[in-house]
Amino acid sequence: MNDQPIIITGISKGRAWVFGDNINTDIIIPFRFKSRTNDPYEMAKYAMYGFDPDFHKKISKGDILVAGRNFGGGSSREQAPVALKYAGISAVMAESFARIFYRNAFTIGLPALEIPEIRGKVNQGDELKIDITYFTAENIRTKEIFHAREVPEFMRQMLLEGGLVEYYKKYKQFPWIQS
Amino acid sequence: MLMNNPFNIKVVRMQTTSSPVRQQERQDISHILDDESLTFAEKVISIKNIETRDKKSRIKATAGDIVIVNVDLAMAQDSTGPLAIRSLNEMGIDILHDPSKALLVIDHTFPAADEKVANLHALIRDFVSKHNCMIVEGSISHQHILEYLATPGMMLLGADSHTCQAGCVSAFASGIGSTEIAAVWATGQLWLRVPETIKINLSGTFNKGVFARDLILDYIGKVGEEGANYKALEWKFSNDYVKRQFSMDSRACISNASMECGAKISVFPLDEITTKYLDENPRINNNIGGKIEIQPGTYAKYKDEFEIECDKIEPQVSGPDNVDKVHSIGELADIEIDQAFIGSSTNGRIEDLEIAARMLKGRKVHKNTRCVVTPASVKVYQDAIRRGYVEIYLESGAVFTNATCGACVGTHLGALGENEICISSSSRNFVGRMGALSSKVYLASPATVAASAIEGKIADPRRYLLL
Repeated sequence: MNDQPIIITGISKGRAWVFGDNINTDIIIPFRFKSRTNDPYEMAKYAMYGFDPDFHKKISKGDILVAGRNFGGGSSREQAPVALKYAGISAVMAESFARIFYRNAFTIGLPALEIPEIRGKVNQGDELKIDITYFTAENIRTKEIFHAREVPEFMRQMLLEGGLVEYYKKYKQFPWIQS
Repeated sequence: MLMNNPFNIKVVRMQTTSSPVRQQERQDISHILDDESLTFAEKVISIKNIETRDKKSRIKATAGDIVIVNVDLAMAQDSTGPLAIRSLNEMGIDILHDPSKALLVIDHTFPAADEKVANLHALIRDFVSKHNCMIVEGSISHQHILEYLATPGMMLLGADSHTCQAGCVSAFASGIGSTEIAAVWATGQLWLRVPETIKINLSGTFNKGVFARDLILDYIGKVGEEGANYKALEWKFSNDYVKRQFSMDSRACISNASMECGAKISVFPLDEITTKYLDENPRINNNIGGKIEIQPGTYAKYKDEFEIECDKIEPQVSGPDNVDKVHSIGELADIEIDQAFIGSSTNGRIEDLEIAARMLKGRKVHKNTRCVVTPASVKVYQDAIRRGYVEIYLESGAVFTNATCGACVGTHLGALGENEICISSSSRNFVGRMGALSSKVYLASPATVAASAIEGKIADPRRYLLL
């Protein structure tokens, strides 16, 4: 069993997968699969199962999801961002995120960039570049640069370390304590 | 014994009849409680702010602020607890801040449906016995918390989105993820952003065949699945007559289902129905904080206000695939169904089982339809036996299961096959929620589900409820 954590840092590049509004957590990973394992690599086999059960086979490492409004609505399942990250997704960009998914994405170290105008600015398969130090995204095809909604500094620091667990392993305290 | 009580806590009755407020504590925070400019959410977060508690500072938190709060109870269940335990192990955290404020509930796939689930349940039981935290098996977490643990003004976080249900007893209750619950178990604290609040004014009386579930589906249909994302909902009654039609069961349904428009909390400020419920259902863990009456200020600032006239609402049906796809019953009548499901934390309480039993009494479930009934808790199950409802369901041809989240999440006890159609009182109708990706789920009140079970198609409950 591969037990190595995946840590996403700095700059990521990948192809875009474009989705619409209301991609909920049941689409991202159905309950009956996520509730039967505690292994992130196993969860990854069901990433976006509700859209396409073979999606995990079609992803190239570094690929980026681009979506409309309310990405990640519904359940609190942290397995949703975990499944995406361990399937090889390096970031999610959306017009808006559901509250719990957004928190979970930062917690587990999957960059989540809220960019209100992103719909219509990215085509399926476009090459994208994400920089989580500056919270920017670039569409390589159009050369257009997007600025994501800012987050509190401790959330950015946590993301830069690869998530809450990695942050705690390094500093032996939780990121929100410093402020 | 379904509930393990490792501390041998004496059952202590809350002093709700005279005053739910503990005097000393009230003095320390009276400047917040009496502030007429703050919403319910702002008051609770101001009180729970670690600065307030540690230094008696006079800081007030308002919408948009980020605050570290003390948490009174942190819950995870059998599909989120294992990941929380994994995160604690990876961080090398071996000691919990206060195990008496950590609750694990085995409810989603209980009893274990297969070996994989059984192994994760065992992981949870080992963790509980090592750390001596609370465990509940065989009641849905939200219902158990309502029946035994939730108190007004408490700060409750749960690794389950429907944790917001406890807003029905005036708790600040919100869902978060597994690793953040692990952090709360480790430190007793977490950061929160103070939400903006939407105030919803309720007026009018329900027509026959219309229930709390119809009201909240109607609201979600109007505001959409992210209509209350990041926001608090505060429910207000225009007068006592309106208030009295909202029992604790119906408030629990509304607070629970508020998650489907993204609400961070959904709160019914404390009133005499809350105190009566708490008097009749004593809290079992006196160690858990809260127990403070918190009323929103008269001049609190709201992001939005919304009016709902109960008498204008008809039976609603939502779906398929999105909860905000809401229709009046007439638009969907006659869609044939394979399964009718009555249950879940959204609508599996005794009033729900009562209305459906009244309709099924002396009638049969349609021959082409299976009907599954799942109580939300052991207590609801026992009440249903005592009142004769279980007998009515079995006579009608329905299946009566143990309390679990089973069918609602398609994990066991009522999953759907390819192209099957289900009408359900459960929480969500997302693609593949109850089973096959090609199956379809429609959401409705238990009364509408029962009418549909009888007719084998989506059916109007009003013709069964004339008396």
